[in-house]
Amino acid sequence: MTTQNSLPNGTSRAKLFWTLFKTTFTLSAFTVGGGYVIVPLMRKSFVDKLSWIEENEMLDLIAIAQSAPGPIAVNTSILVGYKIAGVAGALVTLLGTILPPLIILTLLSFIYNAIKDNRIVQALFFGMSIGVAVVILDAVVTMARTVLKTRKVLPVIIMVLAFIATYALKLNIIIIILSCAAIGILAVLVATHNESKKTFRGDAG
Amino acid sequence: MILLQLFWSFIQIGLFSFGGGYAALPLIQEQVVNVHGWLTVQEFADVVTISQMTPGPIALNAASFVGTRISGIPGALVATLGNVLPSLLIVLVLAWFYFKYRSLRVMQGVLYGLRPAVVALIASAGLSILFLALFGSQAFPSSTSTVSWFAVILFVLGFIVVRIKKTNPILIILSGGVVTVVLHIAGIAL
Repeated sequence: MTTQNSLPNGTSRAKLFWTLFKTTFTLSAFTVGGGYVIVPLMRKSFVDKLSWIEENEMLDLIAIAQSAPGPIAVNTSILVGYKIAGVAGALVTLLGTILPPLIILTLLSFIYNAIKDNRIVQALFFGMSIGVAVVILDAVVTMARTVLKTRKVLPVIIMVLAFIATYALKLNIIIIILSCAAIGILAVLVATHNESKKTFRGDAG
Repeated sequence: MILLQLFWSFIQIGLFSFGGGYAALPLIQEQVVNVHGWLTVQEFADVVTISQMTPGPIALNAASFVGTRISGIPGALVATLGNVLPSLLIVLVLAWFYFKYRSLRVMQGVLYGLRPAVVALIASAGLSILFLALFGSQAFPSSTSTVSWFAVILFVLGFIVVRIKKTNPILIILSGGVVTVVLHIAGIAL
């Protein structure tokens, strides 16, 4: 695989890699809230500030990052690095993204051992876990509404069956994911075959 | 040997978590709590809380934390590398295809089937964390004796606030922590 475009004007390769590393490292180290917060900031850095990627291409890269498995921030940083400096660039941005959590969480993990039996820390974690449940279920309600709003029967059926399969039947999650992916591919193939592309395009865009 | 198991577990987590950090949580729970018993449900709930509170991608935070808990710094390295390895390979292949063809019909099909399923999986993980806080167990209780009414009230209030005001998640989580600590110091049993 080769670099997709020439290097940004007047930038030496070492300086380019350093900027890629510095940008992804900083974003990963200081952005609380995960991929959905990091990715827009990444767009800001590489599209608005550095002008190394065009707006439309960035949107495509984010869509690819979302359709591939794994953390979205990791996927996006790999794609940005690859786009700007090929496979070597992808490795540099990947390193920049994974180092901060590795360092911060390893330290916290050691501290956790020392403090987890403290009563006040337990009270703190208990209260925060309620907050986490609120945040996760809020995200679930928002996402479920997006699925319901498509007004398509198949996605709703998939959602309900997947919930029963995991929560009530305790089926292996990987089996559930593979089955639903297979159903999706089948639905797209049938839709393509019938050339009723409208029904599909409406909720897969 | 445990490092190898850890590596393989996080490869599976990385490979099957479509839809970002939240989607990885149920997979991490399955591998780390249900399959291998490396952490208790309580410890897993703490991992989720800490991963949300610290900067960086949530899945990577969880991988580093779980890895260190299970097997020290080598564990953190192995879990993190396992978690990103599938991403690296798949994303690079997709990028290559994208710059060559720019349209991926099969991938759209995968997304079409997975989006609703991912919602269901996250709902399930969220419910087990919620029930642990409210009832002290992952399932709905058979009697009301173990119910923490304080937690129920706090959850309902938090949920109403977040749905109406779209409050920052970090603020919601911190508020929950502050309220319980204040009540604890005031000597009110939770």
